[in-house]
Amino acid sequence: MPEQLIFAMEVTLNGLMAGVLYALVALGFVLIYKASGIFNYAQGVMALFAAMTLVGIMQGQVPFAHLINAVFGGHITHFGWNVPGVVAIGLTVAVMVLLAWLVQVLVMKHLVGQEPIILFMATIGLAYFLEGVADLMWGSEIKTLDVGLPQGINLWIDETTYNIFGYGFFIDNLDIVATVIAALLVAGLVCFAQYTKQGRAMRAVADDHQAALSVGISLNFIWVLVWSVAGFVALVAGIVWGTKSGVQFSLSLIALKALPVLMLGGFTSIPGAIVGGLIIGVGEKLFEFAIGPLVGGATENWFAYVLALIFLVFRPQGLFGEKIIERV
Amino acid sequence: MLDNSLSYVTDDGRTIGGVVMEMKNITLRFGGVVAIQGISFDIREGEIRAIIGPNGAGKSSMLNVISGFYVPQEGEVLFHGKKRPPMRPYEVARQGIARTFQNIALFEGMSVLDNVMTGRLNHMKTGLFSQALWKGKAEKEETENREFVERIIDFLEIQHIRKTPVSRLPYGLKKRVELARALAAEPKLLLLDEPMAGMNVEEKEDMSRFILDVNDEFGTTIALIEHDMGVVMDLSDRVVVMDYGKKIGDGTPDEVRNNQAVIDAYLGVSHD
Repeated sequence: MPEQLIFAMEVTLNGLMAGVLYALVALGFVLIYKASGIFNYAQGVMALFAAMTLVGIMQGQVPFAHLINAVFGGHITHFGWNVPGVVAIGLTVAVMVLLAWLVQVLVMKHLVGQEPIILFMATIGLAYFLEGVADLMWGSEIKTLDVGLPQGINLWIDETTYNIFGYGFFIDNLDIVATVIAALLVAGLVCFAQYTKQGRAMRAVADDHQAALSVGISLNFIWVLVWSVAGFVALVAGIVWGTKSGVQFSLSLIALKALPVLMLGGFTSIPGAIVGGLIIGVGEKLFEFAIGPLVGGATENWFAYVLALIFLVFRPQGLFGEKIIERV
Repeated sequence: MLDNSLSYVTDDGRTIGGVVMEMKNITLRFGGVVAIQGISFDIREGEIRAIIGPNGAGKSSMLNVISGFYVPQEGEVLFHGKKRPPMRPYEVARQGIARTFQNIALFEGMSVLDNVMTGRLNHMKTGLFSQALWKGKAEKEETENREFVERIIDFLEIQHIRKTPVSRLPYGLKKRVELARALAAEPKLLLLDEPMAGMNVEEKEDMSRFILDVNDEFGTTIALIEHDMGVVMDLSDRVVVMDYGKKIGDGTPDEVRNNQAVIDAYLGVSHD
């Protein structure tokens, strides 16, 4: 087999793995957009907030330590205990549910029926507010997150491919785990939406508010639920990305990578988010591999956005989005 | 509790019971516009009660007051003899008041079956986790609810479109699906907002038959709004007539038909 083709295979595999990570972030957007028509700009910051909270709880950090020390004088930073990963994840989920409730009660509840642009502005405000709160609560230094996910080269794949092609593929264990997690997450979300009372109610609210009210569904409750689920997805994305590249401010910028994914896959489709993520992941890696050297490299920075732009021109609803038909 | 002292048997053998819902001096304003002005009437168990009137008479507003979409500024709503505090629409629905809409409010993206199943949401009690795992009690409950829904689907003759997404259905069938969803909730009171609006003669006849059958078979109490005088007079046991937000007539179809104020409102008379 020609060498170039083998490299291309490895690049494609890596691209698929990267795509899964993009899809994880995009999922959070799709969930909220489908159920409430809100484009949640704060999704990326929610992932950052979730990851910071998780690290903080695991390391036994005192929340708002800087603030407490500044007001009362003192030097408390840590409780002096460590919380095991699983327990800390449980506690973080609770924090994200609380956050979802606060967002609904303090902000979104008062904006029901407003223009989408106003709701969007509210989420921008939420993003900056949350970013500030995260810094204040847990400090702004870069932290490492280790909940026990395996990392480093997968030797089995390396060895197997070496025996077949005479060249060992470099696939990160973390990427494999991320793929499994994403698959489980999607399967779980689909089961939840299709087979539970709450899931059915969620789909109903996404479809028609009036009709949902008339069959006895509380919109408030469903929206808290939706924001909670989005918070949970943000936590999962935060764990995977945080483990990969450290918990720091730039984590919130992964939201920007989710945008082209959404334009490709459609804002209203869960399968779209996944396929879109995979296409962008594979596309940008292959493009960098094939065309990159010709144009001086660094194509990964812009490839996704150009692809999204082309889609916007020819298929604005994305691959799987609902076609917008105006009846006259 | 229902006061059954008023109950009687109709000519066609149905039993009309006591008062289920009573509206007392309801006044509803939108800013300076008075949509409903001090209207009182009642709905009895097992009857078909119609609210009629010309365009803009306040009929739909009245229905929205009953179903909790509007909260009146004055007056009381009594359900089963008890005064109802201001409620949100979903709380009213949970009390057993189901409704349809003039402009059809269905879940367009879902199949007919899923749409009708949403009507059962308030009859599902088991917890999230047992449902997700679909074990034991949750499975039994799901099966029971499915059986009930299938019965209603049979009853309204929409078996052939069970799996069809609602968005693909013609208007007349959508109206029927909406009725099915409302019935799935086993309502104590069923509100129909212009169930025959925009239908052709044949569809109107079908819908009339279904409304009568529902009332007969399930004993469902029905309050409906309708434009079409002929249809209303054939269907209903008692009729409230509204004009410009006021009640101008109340009684059996015959009484209403011979009421001078009603005739004036419908045929028009010079107000001088």
